[in-house]
Amino acid sequence: MRRKIYGITGRILLYGCAAITAGLLLFLIGYILFRGIGGISWRFLSTAESVINGTVGILPAIKNTVFVIVVSLIVVLPLGVGAAIYLTEYAQNKRFVAAIEFASETLAGIPSIIYALIGVIVFCTALKLQKTLLAGALTLVIMILPTILRSTQESLKTVPVSYREGALGLGSGKWHMIRTVVLPSSVDGIVTGCILAVGRVIGESAVLMYTAGMSMAMQSFSPDRLAGASGATLTVALYHYAKENADFAVAFSIATILLMLTVIINFSAGFLGRKLKKGADR
Amino acid sequence: MQLLFTLCGLVTVGFVLLITIYLVISGIPAIHKIGLFHFLFGKTWAAGQDQYGILPLILTSIYGTAGAIAIGVPIGFFTAVFLAKAAPKRVANIIRPAVSLLAGIPSVVYGLVGMCVLVPALRSWLHLPAGDSLLAAIIVLAIMILPSIISLSETALEAVPKEYEEASLALGATKLETWFRVSAPAAKSGIAAAVVLGIGRAIGEAMAIMMVAGNVANMPSLTKSVRFLTTGISIELNYSQDGSLQRQALFSIGLVLFLFIMLINALLNLVLKRGKED
Repeated sequence: MRRKIYGITGRILLYGCAAITAGLLLFLIGYILFRGIGGISWRFLSTAESVINGTVGILPAIKNTVFVIVVSLIVVLPLGVGAAIYLTEYAQNKRFVAAIEFASETLAGIPSIIYALIGVIVFCTALKLQKTLLAGALTLVIMILPTILRSTQESLKTVPVSYREGALGLGSGKWHMIRTVVLPSSVDGIVTGCILAVGRVIGESAVLMYTAGMSMAMQSFSPDRLAGASGATLTVALYHYAKENADFAVAFSIATILLMLTVIINFSAGFLGRKLKKGADR
Repeated sequence: MQLLFTLCGLVTVGFVLLITIYLVISGIPAIHKIGLFHFLFGKTWAAGQDQYGILPLILTSIYGTAGAIAIGVPIGFFTAVFLAKAAPKRVANIIRPAVSLLAGIPSVVYGLVGMCVLVPALRSWLHLPAGDSLLAAIIVLAIMILPSIISLSETALEAVPKEYEEASLALGATKLETWFRVSAPAAKSGIAAAVVLGIGRAIGEAMAIMMVAGNVANMPSLTKSVRFLTTGISIELNYSQDGSLQRQALFSIGLVLFLFIMLINALLNLVLKRGKED
C-alpha cells in the first residue's frame, strides 16, 4: 500500500513538474506573441521614433545592437581564441593553466550589474569614453570572453592528436600546424562560441544601460563619430518603453523580436553543437 | 607566436585582477566614511539624508534567493528526472530545446511579462495596494533559474552508471524507487552544483527584478516593495553624481555583492571537487 502511494505521488510530481516547465514556456511565448506581433510592421523596423508623426520605430536600436555585437566580437575573438590556443597547444605550467581556467570561470560567474559598475568606472570614466556604444561593447568583451574561450577550448580538444603529429612529422612548425590543421578542424566550435556570445550580447541590458546610454535617436556610424555615438540597444529600448514610458505595446513588440532572435540563436548553436559532437565521435 | 598566445591567456587573468582591484579601490572609501558597521547593519538607505545602511538590501537578496531556490529547485529537479529517466524520447526531444530557449530569453523580457501579468495578478489575488513585491521577484527569479537547474541536474542524472539502476531494479525496486533512491543520490554532487549555480544566478540578477520588485529599500516582507543588492546599484547608478558619497556607496554595494558571488563560486568549486573524489 505504501509503495503504491509512493509510486502515485512520485509520478504526479514528475509529470506535474515537467508540465509546469513546459506550460510556462508555452505561456511565455504565447503571451509575448499575442501582445507583440500586431505591432510589428515594416515601418516599426525601418524608422526611428518620431514625435511629430506620433510613430514609433526601432531602427536605431537595431543598428546599435548590431554595432555592439560587431565591435565586441572583433575584440573578443582574437583574445578568446588566442587564450584557448595557449591553453591547449602551448601551456606547460599546470598552475598557470589552473589560474587562467579559474579566471575564466570567475568571469563567467560575475553578475552583469558588476560589469556595469566596472564599465562605468574603467571605460566611461578612466578611459574617457563617456557613455558610448564603444564603452558598452568593450565592457561586454570582458563578459563574453569566457564563452568564446570555453567553446574554442572544447573544440580544440576534439582535434585528434594524430592530426597534429602528422603535420609536425611532415616538417611543419608549431604555429604553421595550428594555423593550417588545428584551427580549420575546430572552426565549428569557434562559430558556436560566437553564436552563444551574440546571444549574450543581445540579451544583455544592465551593462549597456549604464555604459552605452538609453537614447532612442538615430546615430550616425561614420568613422570619425564612432567613438561619440551613444544609444539604446533592443533590450535597453524595451526597458525604456516598458518602465519609463509605460508603452507596453511597443515593449511587447520588441520582446517578440528578441524572442525570435533567441530561437534563431538557440537553433543554430544547437545544430552546430550536434555537428561538433558527431565530429568528435568520428 | 607563443608569446602572443601567452599574452591572451594572461589577459583573462588580468581582467579578473582589474575587476577585483577596481571594486576594492572604489568600494572602500564609502565604507570608510560611513563606517563598516553602519554600512552593513544600518537599516535605512536614504541617499537624500546621507544614510547608507544596506542591511535591508542584504536581507532582501538572501530571502529572495532562498525563496527562488525553494520554488525553483523542486520543480527543476523533478523536471530533470522526468527528462533523464521517465520521458519518452520524442517528448524529451521537445522539452529539452524548450528549456534551453527558456535560458536564452533576455532578462528584460521576463521582467516585462512579470510586470504585465504577475504584478497585477498578485495585486488582485492578495488585495494589495501594489503588486510590486518580494513575492513577485521570487517567482520571476524561480522561473529564471529553472533552466540551469534542469540542464545541470539532467546531465548529472544521465551520468549515473546503468549498473546501479539495473541492480536496484533486479532487487525488486520499482522504476520510481530506483530513480529517487538510487539515481538521485548517486548524482547528488551534480545536483548540488546545479543548486549552487542557481543561487549565483538568482543573487546576481538585476534587470528583471528591477521591473517587478518596486525598488523601495524596505526591510524584506513578502508583500512589500523591496530593493535587492543588485537593484540597489542599478536604480541609482544613472542618477548619482560622479564622485559623490552616494556614487561611492553604490560601488561599496558592488563590492559586497562581489564578495557574495566569490563565496558562492568557492562553494561551487568545492562541491564539484567533492563530486570528482567520490
